[in-house]
Amino acid sequence: MQFRGLRLALLVLPLSLHAAEPAVHEFRLDNGLKLLVQEDHRAPAVVSQVWYKVGASYEYGGITGISHMLEHMMFKGTEKHPPGEFSRIIAANGGRENAFTGQDYTAYFQTLEKSRLPVSFELEADRMRNLILSDKEFEKEQQVVLEERRLRTDDQPRAKMEEHFQAVAYTNSPYKNPVIGWPDDVSGLTVGDLKYWYGLWYAPNNATVVVVGDVDPQEVYALARKHFGPLKPSHLPEIKPRGEVEQLGARRMIVHLPAKLPYLVMGYKTPALRTMGEEDWEAYALEVAAGILDGGNSARLASRLVRGKQVAASAGAGYNLYSRLSNLFSLEGTPAQGKTLQALEKAFVEEIRRLQEEPVAAAELDRVKAQVLAHHVYERDSMFYQAMQLGMTETVGLGWKTIREYVDKVNAVTAEQVQKVAQKYFVDDYLSVAYLEPLPMPEGAKAPEESAPMGGEHVR
Amino acid sequence: MSVKRLSRWLVFLFLMVSAPVYAVPEIQHWVSPQGGRVYFVPTEGLPLLDVQVVFDAGSARDGEQFGLAALTSGMLDTGAGDWDADAIAQRLENIGASLSTGVSRDSAWLSLRSLTHPEKLAVALETAREILSRPRFDKNDFEREKNRTLLGIKQRGEDPGELVEIAFFQALYGNHPYAHPQEGFAETVAPLTREDLVDFHKRYYVASNAIVVIVGEAKRAEAETIAEKLLSGLQKGAAPAVLSAPAPLQSTEIIKQHFPSEQTHVRAGVLGMTATDPDYFPLYVGNHVLGGSGLVSRISKEVREKRGLSYSAYSYFMPLRELGPFQMGLQTRNDQAEEALRVALDAIRNFAANGPTEEELEAAKKNILGGFVLRLDSNRKLAQQVAIIALYNRPLDYLATFTEKVKAVTREDIKRAFRTRIDPGKIRTVLVGGGAK
Repeated sequence: MQFRGLRLALLVLPLSLHAAEPAVHEFRLDNGLKLLVQEDHRAPAVVSQVWYKVGASYEYGGITGISHMLEHMMFKGTEKHPPGEFSRIIAANGGRENAFTGQDYTAYFQTLEKSRLPVSFELEADRMRNLILSDKEFEKEQQVVLEERRLRTDDQPRAKMEEHFQAVAYTNSPYKNPVIGWPDDVSGLTVGDLKYWYGLWYAPNNATVVVVGDVDPQEVYALARKHFGPLKPSHLPEIKPRGEVEQLGARRMIVHLPAKLPYLVMGYKTPALRTMGEEDWEAYALEVAAGILDGGNSARLASRLVRGKQVAASAGAGYNLYSRLSNLFSLEGTPAQGKTLQALEKAFVEEIRRLQEEPVAAAELDRVKAQVLAHHVYERDSMFYQAMQLGMTETVGLGWKTIREYVDKVNAVTAEQVQKVAQKYFVDDYLSVAYLEPLPMPEGAKAPEESAPMGGEHVR
Repeated sequence: MSVKRLSRWLVFLFLMVSAPVYAVPEIQHWVSPQGGRVYFVPTEGLPLLDVQVVFDAGSARDGEQFGLAALTSGMLDTGAGDWDADAIAQRLENIGASLSTGVSRDSAWLSLRSLTHPEKLAVALETAREILSRPRFDKNDFEREKNRTLLGIKQRGEDPGELVEIAFFQALYGNHPYAHPQEGFAETVAPLTREDLVDFHKRYYVASNAIVVIVGEAKRAEAETIAEKLLSGLQKGAAPAVLSAPAPLQSTEIIKQHFPSEQTHVRAGVLGMTATDPDYFPLYVGNHVLGGSGLVSRISKEVREKRGLSYSAYSYFMPLRELGPFQMGLQTRNDQAEEALRVALDAIRNFAANGPTEEELEAAKKNILGGFVLRLDSNRKLAQQVAIIALYNRPLDYLATFTEKVKAVTREDIKRAFRTRIDPGKIRTVLVGGGAK
């Protein structure tokens, strides 16, 4: 379980710490771009992130993976900065850069020595509206993305199984599609598709810039106005709701793949904080439920299933309260030596039943809350993570202030509330289960040297 | 966290070759009354403390029992003193502390992160002390953890990326203690007994073999007390014998393992450098140009940017106590493995013969020096850097002089260092995948 809070409870930690809570300065440019700045003066460094409200869940059949593909192409140059220049300039300035695509966002970032922030802003502003998408660069990058897919999914039995699991668990929610896209879709994308997607979503009024570091907020604001201010906003498309249709019974699937070990994934459909409406305590209660099951080595899955009953070699649970659409509360695990997938599933179901039937003990609840508080302090050791929290909550439509409520909201969760959400959501009509049943893998035999396709000259 | 993929390229964090800063934090050093070496860096701003206790007790100390060091380390927190695994986990998690243990080839470590609140910190330290000095290695726990290790070893057989790494180290190191994977093999783990672990712990988890790194909000006097408390349960013992040097490679060799995957994973390399190598800076800066700086490095440009052959393509030196590897890695569609390997090896050979251009060297220095501050901008990163300095007995001013040493590197230094280290006639190459037939 990831603890995400940024707010402290006065009763547990010294007052001075609460006073030291870093302020977030919020600005909006005339063209609609949002800027969030948080000061952190521990080291002369700065993290700069640009978040776009677009990701795999904005995509539809035939073009899955396009957001991620565009992310790759965003490094392929503008009129001012030809292909490769972006990375070269950031490198010359001692920076680190990268980008990531999720279901709900696409984000680009640099970490730099603090005086180099203008370099980041200049380059990001340039490629926000002036990207050149050429056939030549696209053809190569499409191959790179297909290699990425082979590396991360096609040759990884568990990743592949989870991809298929999502596709079965959802009927029409866009979360049924993998972020990297289905192979045929990725192969079929064209430069024209990407130009359309870029034009649609990459605009100042669809972006949030987050800066955390050794900076002055007003100076950052002035800098943002200078670089991002001149950019023209877009007319953004209305996002269709695409709510998941009702599920009418448990779904089960078996995946046969060459693998060494069996694997189990279960998921219950649960609302996210954003789709929950007024009853937002439910999201925090689900978060606590995930902590009770998998909040460290003392949590139930480790202590009861891995150590106690020894039915699992590994076991985990997770819930993502900061997603844009309703998501899954998931359980996953590997059976212990000599135990079956069925036995592991039964053990998971027993743990679920226990959450439904018995209120969580006070000591357990306190332990989850103590960890939330401590992790809140630990998170502040990472500027990058703090910037991510701000950018993510803003981009999924919750607003960054949500993270300031996290610790208090988790602290307010009662044992009865955990029991209530378990009863309400952990039911068969919301459940999907997948088994990975391994097919035998040919053993990795050493190939005879004679049959090698490699000429000796390559390895002289 | 819901980020599905950090997608643009794999971020390689080679802490061992990277190093640190600007207003460089000063490392305080002393020897505890028990004989352990202590390294302390006070920081301000957050009420937290990172502590690492490091032993020369990594997998290089396995002897013939590959996997012994890893299993010993993995069992430390499953029972110690008066507490079983549940009690230990509850004690730590009640106060929000986090504790982990692990091994590399050269070391075994315990990492502890705690709030500085005195009562909480006291509980965290007491628990860590018991884990280090009075592990139970209870029979039931032992059987369970051994079985989990065996399953982990089995699962590794699903992943061509792991198999290629194992095969590469074997090809490079032969019979040397660096040759085998930390977790061992099924054949070497299965016969391990509880007594083997007890003996290993007794031999290597001793004060004379211990390093304590403390980074965070504390005063010197507190740091002294913390180190003393942590080591107070350990026997004095003795530091282990010096490792032998790996045998020099005499020839090239290609090793191929067929694997039913869509990609073929490729590794190629030679014996590289030690952690205190006199050529450390020329090799580090040189490799930054060759394959160490992400997409702008030569190997990545040739393999990925120009030809679209691989998602990641890189090279690095992994400095160890004895000669660590220099290795190039990539993975590509089976039918392209030969071409990708050729392109990458050409880049290496060309670089070893001619070194970087003046512009490339300049760019590499700008990147390394400009990014120096980013290597130490959190307690966690600082603690990791200090632990490496301590483990390898690097000079205490290593961070303070790093910038000057990088600046001083010339093209000639790099050419000379690469020519002597990377002999194209000694490269070991390993391919694992559907293309390795």
